Amino acid sequence: MANASDRPDAGIPPAEVPDLALPHPHSWWAKYVFSQDAKYIAIQYACTATAIGLVALVLSWLMRLQLGFPGIFDFITPEAYYQYITMHGMIMVIYLLTALFLGGFGNYLIPLMVGARDMVFPFVNMLSYWVYLLAVLVLVASFFAPGGPTGAGWTLYPPQAILSGTPGGQGAGIILMLVSLILFIIGFTMGGLNYVVTVLQARTRGMTLMRMPLTVWGIFIATVMALLAFPALFVACVMMLFDRLLGTSFFMPALVEMGQQLSYGGGSPIVFQHLFWFFGHPEVYIVALPAFGIVSDLISVHARKNIFGYRMMVWALVIIGALSFIVWAHHMYVSGMHPYFGFFFATTTLIIAVPTAIKVYNWVLTLWRADIHLTLPMLFALAFIVTFVNGGLTGLFLGNVVVDVPLSDTMFVVAHFHMVMGVAPILVIFGAIYHWYPKVTGRMLNVGLGHIHFWVTFVGAYAIFFPMHYVGLVGVPRRYPEIEATFITTPIAGLNAFISVAALTVGAAQILFLFNLFWSLRNGREAGPNPWRACSLEWQTPETPPKHGNWGKELPVVYRWAYDYSVPGAPEDFIAQNDPGPRVERDGPP
Amino acid sequence: MADATVKRLDASGQRPDGLEGFVADWSSDQRAFKKVSWGKAMMWIFLLSDTFIFSIFLVSYMSARSSTTEAWPSASEVFALHIGGADIPLILIAIMTFVLISSSGTMAMAVNCAYRKQRRNTALLMIATAALGAAFVGMQAFEWSKLIAEGVRPWGNPWGAPQFGASFFMITGFHGTHVSFGVIFLLIVASKVWKGEFDSGRRSWLCREKGDYEAVEIMGLYWHFVDLVWVFIFAFFYLW
Repeated sequence: MANASDRPDAGIPPAEVPDLALPHPHSWWAKYVFSQDAKYIAIQYACTATAIGLVALVLSWLMRLQLGFPGIFDFITPEAYYQYITMHGMIMVIYLLTALFLGGFGNYLIPLMVGARDMVFPFVNMLSYWVYLLAVLVLVASFFAPGGPTGAGWTLYPPQAILSGTPGGQGAGIILMLVSLILFIIGFTMGGLNYVVTVLQARTRGMTLMRMPLTVWGIFIATVMALLAFPALFVACVMMLFDRLLGTSFFMPALVEMGQQLSYGGGSPIVFQHLFWFFGHPEVYIVALPAFGIVSDLISVHARKNIFGYRMMVWALVIIGALSFIVWAHHMYVSGMHPYFGFFFATTTLIIAVPTAIKVYNWVLTLWRADIHLTLPMLFALAFIVTFVNGGLTGLFLGNVVVDVPLSDTMFVVAHFHMVMGVAPILVIFGAIYHWYPKVTGRMLNVGLGHIHFWVTFVGAYAIFFPMHYVGLVGVPRRYPEIEATFITTPIAGLNAFISVAALTVGAAQILFLFNLFWSLRNGREAGPNPWRACSLEWQTPETPPKHGNWGKELPVVYRWAYDYSVPGAPEDFIAQNDPGPRVERDGPP
Repeated sequence: MADATVKRLDASGQRPDGLEGFVADWSSDQRAFKKVSWGKAMMWIFLLSDTFIFSIFLVSYMSARSSTTEAWPSASEVFALHIGGADIPLILIAIMTFVLISSSGTMAMAVNCAYRKQRRNTALLMIATAALGAAFVGMQAFEWSKLIAEGVRPWGNPWGAPQFGASFFMITGFHGTHVSFGVIFLLIVASKVWKGEFDSGRRSWLCREKGDYEAVEIMGLYWHFVDLVWVFIFAFFYLW
């Protein structure tokens, strides 16, 4: 064992870039409010996203009250109901999930996990948050605008989105919505450029791309996708804003409203659908890929076993990311497109199942004969796998044209996408918060409260969405505030009430979770630097929580991948990434 | 994990060429693009994203134009100027394109001077670039006001499909905004060069970053991109 390559720095090239000299702020404002530290920006992003997410939660309660107990709540008019579904959808997809995964987890974890002092351009990163906050404020302002927020549905399909029959269509609602989206995209771009460049160009010595934790891979690929997909939404928003404000006819055909011929004519609403879904489908994976990455790490750490098929996992992420740009029109089977297009998009959609299945098999194979610790992050990770498979299987129904056409615009679709891109990623978010909260605050979250939170959320989510598939199969359309008494209504009335009670209960459990977050801040058990005995770099910081600059005087040097768990012959059951010895002979990624 | 070495040089200690070099760089630690600074990488990736924005604008325009049921106004008539008793087609746009492409030339010269650390020449060439850019925006304003005077509006025009005015104002406006921001940032960077901030390595007052002459090249990347985009807009609006 005495050969030269056993010396700690053997084989690790010298630093290529001089160490980043961070300007350390002295005033309270510069340190905590206008902070350029990615960790503070991450917390700001997370808090803002959670706050606006609570609004979406309350909106979902109101919707379920109306659907479960129609006719009882007078203030929920059909117009109000449309506004609730629109704002709920938009907030959850964009302002909560995208912002929390990329702005929140991305900002916190990328620099720590790749061994950087901070994002490469801290000032731009700070601007990113403030523009995001502005976007959220503009969105909130639409609740107080005359006529209220837009009720066009989260897809904002023209021509109805900007006509007077839709709530907010001729008021300020739709304008504020579009402006807010444009701001969000500008803010996201500033952050996203930082994440991508940090991963590509600011890793520490020894940190090759194929040694990065899958969390970083997931966030990285999702960010690249977002930088290429958001432009479509940006353009669509600009064009619709012009249609609404300047009277252009990009998306507006000639039409008659209330007996009056409008001045629009010659535009194509289908073009909007294409633009929207060219953004919208990658967006599903922008939300899903960080969840895939994070859950891989949670499973590996809490099962004390290296992730199965690391390289396959990375390439599956890349392939999913690439394929997701050529499947968008499977959201548009009922738009009257040419059957050959339907054939093409159904094929590409089903091909995505291959890399996705690889990921699921690898998660399960990681668990196979592992030392599974049923900690809270692990419980959420397991719940994610089950939920994601469930949601994915209904995706096979909806990806096929002939099955999709009758199911289109029913509650089946609502159940499907809530399972696959609502519940599943949010379970990962919870698992990730239980996992990384000790690093962010230095204290553990309360386990008892956590278990109540987990079981109510997990069982409750199934109580909500399993019956909803059935409601859709019997033919209840989505986005209808109330169905008059028909042959359908009688059998599903009880189910609808049941779903609503479940939804209210699950919502209440989230309040408990928030209480846990605040309570544990002071009263949680001291965590120490590495409570989960994990390998990846963020657990090896000299201080917990990490200080500005993350690493003290010396940047860490990385000798191995992030998954050296239960290595035979090693003194402990994990070897940290920056631990130079012992050398372990095993096949696999370097 | 098994092998702690990070391989990126071959046995002789040289970085391999070609595809092997590419693979070696991407499987190495620290940086995937070995000679690219953070700022330059960020600008390239931003430009990639911006390429998508312009492409989608142009594709939407093509879709509107190819699906319209009304006649599309003829470019050679609409964009003609009446000079000396004759209608000269595309004369203004020819001058505008010439000006913008020339500005790419002065920009390239500025980058060259920046790497020679010729403070004065760099600043002057950047100011020249900004002036050409401003002239372009000025001529665009003239073109817009001429079309508006002839009755072209975002919602209609005297000659045919209303999407003509809508697409024209939106896309050239979006490009003109890019040029205008470029002019502003050219002037900011030029003033930093002029004051010698890149020689002294002084931190900027706003974002506390230390600048160096590479900022000129990064600015140049943006400027050439805006120029390149114009070539496509020119082809699709004026020559189609």
